[in-house]
Amino acid sequence: MLTQLGDLWESVRVALDGLLANKMRSALTMLGVIIGVAAVIALMSIGAGVQAEITEQISSLGTNILIVIPSSSGRVGNGGGGGAGSITMDDLDALSDPANVPDASLVVPEYSVSGQIIYGDNNFSVSAVGTTAEYQALYELGVASGEFFTAQDGGDKVAVLGSNVAADLFGDFDPVGLKIKFNSATSGQTTSLKIVGVLEEEGGSMFASTDDSIFVPLDTAQTRLANARNTLGALTLNRISVVATSEETVAPVNDQIEGVLRADHDLDLTDDDDFSVINQAEMLDTVTAVTDTLTVFLGAIAGISLLVGGIGIMNIMLVSVTERTREIGLRKAIGAQRSDILFQFLMEAIILSLLGGFIGILVGVGMGQLVNLTGMVTSVVTLSSIALAVGFSVAIGLFFGIYPANQAAKLSPIEALRYE
Amino acid sequence: MSLIEIRDLTKVYQMGEVEVHALNGVSLDIDQGEWVAIMGPSGSGKSTMMHIIGCLDIPTSGSYILDGVDVSQMVESQLAAVRNHKIGFVFQAYNLLARTSAIKQVMLPMQYSRDGSRVPRAERRERAEEALEVVGMADRINHRPSELSGGERQRVAIARALVTNPSILMADEPTGNLDSKSGIEVMEVFHRLHEGRGITVVMVTHDEAISADAERVIRLFDGRIERVDRNGLRSEVESQKSKVGIPAQLMSDVGVVTPDKGSERC
Ligand SMILES: Nc1ncnc2c1ncn2[C@@H]1O[C@H](COP(=O)(O)OP(=O)(O)OP(=O)(O)O)[C@@H](O)[C@H]1O
Ligand SMILES: Nc1ncnc2c1ncn2[C@@H]1O[C@H](COP(=O)(O)OP(=O)(O)OP(=O)(O)O)[C@@H](O)[C@H]1O
Ligand SMILES: [Mg+2]
Ligand SMILES: [Mg+2]
Repeated sequence: MLTQLGDLWESVRVALDGLLANKMRSALTMLGVIIGVAAVIALMSIGAGVQAEITEQISSLGTNILIVIPSSSGRVGNGGGGGAGSITMDDLDALSDPANVPDASLVVPEYSVSGQIIYGDNNFSVSAVGTTAEYQALYELGVASGEFFTAQDGGDKVAVLGSNVAADLFGDFDPVGLKIKFNSATSGQTTSLKIVGVLEEEGGSMFASTDDSIFVPLDTAQTRLANARNTLGALTLNRISVVATSEETVAPVNDQIEGVLRADHDLDLTDDDDFSVINQAEMLDTVTAVTDTLTVFLGAIAGISLLVGGIGIMNIMLVSVTERTREIGLRKAIGAQRSDILFQFLMEAIILSLLGGFIGILVGVGMGQLVNLTGMVTSVVTLSSIALAVGFSVAIGLFFGIYPANQAAKLSPIEALRYE
Repeated sequence: MSLIEIRDLTKVYQMGEVEVHALNGVSLDIDQGEWVAIMGPSGSGKSTMMHIIGCLDIPTSGSYILDGVDVSQMVESQLAAVRNHKIGFVFQAYNLLARTSAIKQVMLPMQYSRDGSRVPRAERRERAEEALEVVGMADRINHRPSELSGGERQRVAIARALVTNPSILMADEPTGNLDSKSGIEVMEVFHRLHEGRGITVVMVTHDEAISADAERVIRLFDGRIERVDRNGLRSEVESQKSKVGIPAQLMSDVGVVTPDKGSERC
C-alpha cells in the first residue's frame, strides 16, 4: 500500500517535472480548461439563480390561489366559443355561488384593457385592469394615497394608479382627485378617468406588474374602455381568481371549478375544457420545467467551451509526445514498460485538467459574484455544477490524454531514439 | 553455456519496394566476463546487431539465447524487463534527459524495475551516488546535461547503464562524439568495470586503438561476420566466405559458430 502510494507520488512528480519543463505551454493548455469550467459554473449558477427568483415570485402569489383563464383549445361556437371569449360573467356568477364552490373564500374577476394613459403632454402605455374591490384584498395591496375603489363605484369613471404610473405622470405630487385620459388600444375610444387612489410600491411580479398598471371598476373596463361582449353578446372576462379556504382545499376547489364551468359551458364528456384552471403548484411545475431547460441550455453552451479546452489538451499532449519522442525512446531503452509511459503522459493530462478544473471553479464562482454585484440576478453556485465541471474536466483529461499517451507508449525504443 | 548465443540472426528492413538486409545470418557466442569489440565499415550492421543483442529490437529470423533464456520469443513487456536489469546500454549520443540532474538520470532505471530486481525507494539515491562514484562523477551529481562536458555526460550515461547491476554493458561508439582525452577517460571507466567487476562488455568502435583493449574483435561486413581477431592473434581466423581449410576446432575456439548455410553469400 505504502509502496503504491509512493509509486503514485513518483509518477505525479515525473508528470509535474514534464509539465514544469514547459510552463508557458502547460499554462495555455490549462487556460482552455479554466475557461470551460468557469463558464459551466458561472452559467449554471446564474441559471439556478434565475430559477430560484422565479420560484420565489410564484410562491409569493399565495399558495391558495387558483386562476381561471380562457383556453384556446376549447370547442368553438358553444357557450360563447373557445378562445378569448369563453369566460363570461355567467361563469363568475356561478363560481361566486357558495353552493357551487363551497370551499372558495374569495372570487375576483379581471378584465384587462391595454392602452395609452394621457395627462397633459405625458402619455404612455399601461394595462387597465378592470376588477372588483376584492382585488385589493386578494393581492394585499397597500394604498399610499386616497383609497381603492369600492363596490359602489361599479361603472364609474374612476381609476387607482400603480405606484410607477403615478410617479411617472406626477412625480412626487399627489394626483388623487385629478383626471386622466385613457385611450383604449382595442376600441380607440378615449375615456376620462378620475384618480381616486395611488397604490404603494409592490415590487415586480412576473405576471403583471401592479406598479405599472391602473385599476378601474370591472364594468368600466368592460363597457367604457372596451367592448367586452363576445359574439353571443355576453360580457367576457380575462381571468377569474379563486381563493381556496386553505391549502388543503385547493384540489377540491379545482375540481369544483371545473365541474361548474363544464356544466355552464354545456361541454360533453368527450369535449376538452375551453378554459384552464391554474394553481400555484402547477405553475411552479411549468416554470421549473422551463428554467430547467434554460439551465441545461446554458450548461450545453458552457460544455462546448469545455470540449474545446479538451481538444486543446489533446493537441498539447500530441505535440508533447512528438517533442519528447527521444525521451520516450530512452525511457523504454532503460526498461520502461508501455504502461509506465502511458501512465506518465496520462498523469500529465490529468494534472492539467484537474488543476485547470480547480482554478476554473474559483474563476466561475468569482464570475457569479460579479454578476451578483450588478443586482440583476443572484447567482446560486450549486454543488451539482461544481461536480459536473470537475467530473467533466477529469473525463476530458482522460479521454484526450489516452490517445497521445498510447501513441507514445507503443513506439519501439529504437524508432523513438532515432526520431529527429 | 555462453552468456549470449546467437544463431543465424537476420534483420531485414522493408523500405517500400526495397529490402535492406542489415544482418545476413550472424552467429556468435559471447561468454560471461568477456570484452568483445565489434568493428566494420559504416552500414555493415554493427548498430543493428547491438540493438538486437541489447533487446532494443527484435531479429527478422534466427535465435538469440541470453543467459539461457530465448529472448527472440519474448513479448514487449518481457523485453523491457530484460533491458532493465540484464543490460546496460550506452549510446554514442549520450541520450540523457534534458533539464534533469545527473543523480536523477541515474536513478531513472530503478524507477522501472519490477518484482525481484526492484530497488527499495530509500536505497535508490544511494545506489545512484555509488554508480556516479564509480564513473568519477561524484562531484557532479546535481549538474544537468547542459552543465557537463561531453566526456562527463557519457560517464553519467555509463553510471545510468550500470546502476541496475546488469551482466552486460553494451556501448555503441561510446567515444564517437568525444575528443581523445575524454575518450580515454571514458574507456578507463569501462576497464575498471570490466576488470574490477568482471562485467561483460560489448562495444562498437571505429578506433583500432580502442579495439586493441578487447579480448576479441568481431569484424562485420555487409551484415556478416567477416573475421574474428583474438588477443593479438590478429587475422588468425579467415573470413567466413573463404574459411576453406580452417579446422572446425579452431573456429569454435574463437567462438565463431559456422552456420551450415553460411558459406554462400548474397
Ligand atoms: N530503421 C531502418 N530502416 C531501414 N534501414 C535501416 C534501418 N536501420 C538501419 N538500416 C540499414 O541497415 C544497414 C545497417 O545499419 P547499421 O546502423 O546497423 O550500420 P552500422 O554498422 O551501425 O553503421 P555506422 O558505423 O555508420 O553506425 C544500413 O544499410 C542502414 O541503412
Ligand atoms: N553551466 C555549467 N555549470 C556548471 N559546471 C559547468 C558548466 N559548464 C561546464 N561546467 C563544468 O566545467 C568543466 C569544463 O567544461 P567544458 O564544457 O568547458 O569542458 P570541455 O573541455 O569542453 O570538455 P569536452 O571536450 O568534453 O567538451 C566541466 O567539469 C563541467 O562540468
Ligand atoms: Mg551504427
Ligand atoms: Mg566542450
